[in-house]
Amino acid sequence: MNAPTLAIERLATRLDTVQGEVRAVDGVDLELRRGECVALVGESGCGKSMTALSVLRLLPETGRIAEGRVLLEGTDLLALPEAAMRAVRGRRIAMIFQEPSAALNPVLAVGRQILEVIRRHTPLRGRAARARALELLAQVGVPDPARRMDEFPFQLSGGLKQRVMIAAALAAEPEVLLADEPTTALDVTIQAQILELLARLQAERGLAVMLVTHDLGIVAQMAQRVAVMYAGQIVEAASREQFLRAPQHPYSRKLFDALPGAEKRAAALAVIPGQVPPLTGEFRGCRFAERCDEAIERCRWVAPRMVALADGHLVRCLVREEKGPAAAVGEPTLLEARGEPQAAASAPLLEVRDLKVHFPIRRGVLRRTVGWVRAVDGISLDIRAGRTLALVGESGCGKTTAGKAILRLLPLSGGTVRFDGADLATLGRERLRRLRRAMQIVFQDPYGSLNPRLRVGDILAEGMRALGVGASDAERERRIAALLEQVGLPAEAAARYPHEFSGGQRQRIAIARALAVEPRLVVCDEPTSALDVSVQAQILNLLRELQARLGLAYLFITHNIAVVEYLAHEVAVMYLGRIVEQGSAEEVLGAPKHPYTEALLAAVPRIAGRRERVRLAGELPSPVDPPVGCHFHPRCPQARAECRERWPAPVRLSPTRTVNCVLYRSSAASNI
Amino acid sequence: MPVVLVTDLLLWLLVAVGIGYARYCARRPHLAAPWARVFRRPAAVAASVVLAAYLVVALADSLHYRPALAQGGAGARAYSVEVLSLLDALLPALRTRSEKTYSAPLATRSYAKEQVELPGGGIARDYPRLRWGGAHLADESEWAADVARRVAQGLGVAAALIGLAALATRRLRRRRPEVPWQAGFWTFAALAALACPAFALAQGYHVLGTDKVGNDVFYLALKSVRTSLVIGTVTTLVLLPVGVALGIMAGYFRGWVDDAIQYVYTTLNSIPGVLLIAASVLMMQVVMDRHPEWFATAAERADAKLLVLCVILGFTSWTGLARLLRGEALKLSQLEYIQAAHALGVTHARILSRHILPNVAHIVIIALVMDFSGLVLAEAVLSYVGVGVDPSTSSFGTMINAARLEMSREPPVWWTLATAFAFMLVLVLAANLFADAVRDGFDPRVRVAAAGAGVR
Repeated sequence: MNAPTLAIERLATRLDTVQGEVRAVDGVDLELRRGECVALVGESGCGKSMTALSVLRLLPETGRIAEGRVLLEGTDLLALPEAAMRAVRGRRIAMIFQEPSAALNPVLAVGRQILEVIRRHTPLRGRAARARALELLAQVGVPDPARRMDEFPFQLSGGLKQRVMIAAALAAEPEVLLADEPTTALDVTIQAQILELLARLQAERGLAVMLVTHDLGIVAQMAQRVAVMYAGQIVEAASREQFLRAPQHPYSRKLFDALPGAEKRAAALAVIPGQVPPLTGEFRGCRFAERCDEAIERCRWVAPRMVALADGHLVRCLVREEKGPAAAVGEPTLLEARGEPQAAASAPLLEVRDLKVHFPIRRGVLRRTVGWVRAVDGISLDIRAGRTLALVGESGCGKTTAGKAILRLLPLSGGTVRFDGADLATLGRERLRRLRRAMQIVFQDPYGSLNPRLRVGDILAEGMRALGVGASDAERERRIAALLEQVGLPAEAAARYPHEFSGGQRQRIAIARALAVEPRLVVCDEPTSALDVSVQAQILNLLRELQARLGLAYLFITHNIAVVEYLAHEVAVMYLGRIVEQGSAEEVLGAPKHPYTEALLAAVPRIAGRRERVRLAGELPSPVDPPVGCHFHPRCPQARAECRERWPAPVRLSPTRTVNCVLYRSSAASNI
Repeated sequence: MPVVLVTDLLLWLLVAVGIGYARYCARRPHLAAPWARVFRRPAAVAASVVLAAYLVVALADSLHYRPALAQGGAGARAYSVEVLSLLDALLPALRTRSEKTYSAPLATRSYAKEQVELPGGGIARDYPRLRWGGAHLADESEWAADVARRVAQGLGVAAALIGLAALATRRLRRRRPEVPWQAGFWTFAALAALACPAFALAQGYHVLGTDKVGNDVFYLALKSVRTSLVIGTVTTLVLLPVGVALGIMAGYFRGWVDDAIQYVYTTLNSIPGVLLIAASVLMMQVVMDRHPEWFATAAERADAKLLVLCVILGFTSWTGLARLLRGEALKLSQLEYIQAAHALGVTHARILSRHILPNVAHIVIIALVMDFSGLVLAEAVLSYVGVGVDPSTSSFGTMINAARLEMSREPPVWWTLATAFAFMLVLVLAANLFADAVRDGFDPRVRVAAAGAGVR
């Protein structure tokens, strides 16, 4: 094997915080070779981003590198003076960040920002530099680069901004690329484009890539080697094949088990109990021992070393040292029809017909309406008691707006929402208030959804008091204790403030708040997308358990296909304000019919069982001016002339399934 | 006979509210935490010692009474029309010993020549001896020794006080080691070392000279402290409800409510502030002058004018706070916990009071502390222009106004201006330092930077 381009040796990074010194990175060894992609995997707070930042010496003010070496072809970067280090950043090691909109300067044209790198690190000037920038933009797949050069970041979409970031990173032809969650802020179809671009560039230029990510699907798709981080240390390192076939560290195995998916529907997801230990203190034993169900007595006292198993698989675990490698994980099975009882043909709890939410665009002194944002443009749904309908789509497709409009948190522009027979759209404020008891919402961000100034008990009591649940304060207090127990929190949590809880616990509090008024329908607006995989598993388990016990109906709004596969009974796929396909989960996810659904499912990075790739070009158009005819036709690989003329009527393919696409009209005619 | 002036009442009320708020915070860790951060800064501790000294003077000057007149016979007791305060009672020497006209600090002779009768009979033009300043000296050559003796006495008292403070500091440090008590101690020591000799000297001299009509400047400066603090704090009492209510309503309800409130404050902001205040003050003065029967004493009328000035300042300066709060409420009303409250059918009034208000409280506190020094300075400017407090109320503005012409005399009468300047500078500087610390302690962004610290 050739010598490593970048070698990290015993790197330790400390951060000074009010709680004391945090050992964010604690003895990390990692090697990157030419043309190789190493994925650094772990949950938030494990120190993977800090490792990447330490390599470039771009730590926050409170951070410092305590020891270790970072060798770039033999030169220790940590020993270089700052001036020499500036010549390394961008020139030899480049970095791309998670949030493209924050990494680009909003008042400079994007071309200037690429030219800056070219001027700093290459001898090219003037016309030649501009030509080089154009070439780079074309290489990263920015359409019409000559025009885009002079545009400002706000004129570009998220995907294009990330492409520009990559172009700027590659401008000086670096040898090493550090990518810190490069696609986390992007939609899944855009993510697929960016990942493909990165893979292509890596192969073409022989880049050494360090890919920091939390998504095992991306790891499976991109990496040649994998390193798993936990609590500031690398706990496992192996080639992709070894790692995916038989992950060795108990933490890695748990991560796989906690991933939701269709094949795990029958049972609860595996969870990792407890939390990542605080990194402020000294550790005696294994850092994972407290949460590990394989732990033996010795794990608590002896710090494990990194040992190589027979096939060169490195793992930091005493159990593996003693008992030898763990068995391969079973090949996950693809989605099959399940034997779950079909919903009784009861009347739907919630019936949405032709729901429209249009926001006016106002301009001028008199604030006249000059146009409409058609955020939701005529969707129809049915949800039955005890069932979960997943509303799936990319960001900006209007799914959250639809969810809020159904609860009348936003004014409707048209259509009807019948809840248990009553039309919510026409109810007055007072009658609507009474109906609010039956419908609740759980939000995405567990930090923004709880008032930091109220105690948990007050948060839970608020809705009960407002809607007159519980006769007296004493009774409400009993209910609060019961609710906390129901969502798996101790009763004394009621007297504490939200900031004392972790993200997952806060999401439990938000769920308890919704349950406090005994709703029958809960709108879950991406309730797990801000959480780590292991915490997500806990919340999904909780939601399923509550549904089974209380017979709740969920409207589950998400972009995470794996969660949908695990949880949903029915699925509706939204694109630009309209539903393009809906039906039971097996039908839609197992055999997608609409070209958009196919592309969406194919874009999801999967650990195993890759589907045929259907790559979507372009991005979601603006709902201010949606394409005429079928909204999807400009991106549709199978578009025909008639798609440009009118929105296709729904075609019923089975009793539970409809699709809005001209491709199925002929077959539908024979069906009906 | 005690006299309760309205501003006294309000000032004491504010002190009571402050103490109540402190006790409320002390029991709630999330409210106490930002204050704990504030008091971890040496500058904040030092500034609060200075502010406390000013507050003590102002409060002593806010307990008013009318002294009983010595009267023969057993008839009904009569009271003087003059209203005095506790401060006046503590410093009788300063209040009553007025000279004819200007005299320099610590002088024994007047600043202007007069015809004096010589002991031998004959008249000469000379600087006459002062009526009070240094009058106890038989021979003026003892002046230096007498001053030195008094300074030494004052320093002796100061040393005793500093010793007590050192003991207290040691105690406090043991209980709360994280607070930089040292800073407070040194500030106190400096204050004591200045104040004690000053008071010792004041018994026999005019420490900071006298003004045109012979009033002691040190006394005027002490009396001005109350005026400044009243303007700085009572104004906020007016400004606060208006600014907070309109600000969060505009941000929360949006639509026409927002439009209406925005138009009001944009209009108000476009009128030159001094002009608006001058017009309002003059109008109120005319009304008060027409109804002399409303006020029993001149002090009450002067106080009413002070209050009116506070109200007018309050009604013209709420716009900044309202605009800040509107922006914050706009942001908050989009947050998910507010939406969750809507979904739970919580009423607007409860959302405003339980969700919005507590979450903008830090902005209110920061704005109030920062406004304080601005208001103190505004009073000085207004009084200087002549539309501020009643001429009989002493304030830094009136002192400066009275002193400005005398600067052109040769040699100049500098001490009135210098005193007002020094007293005001120390007050405003302390208030600004404190405000900086409060902003840093309460600003969530600073907290994020400190916690950003956590591992990513």
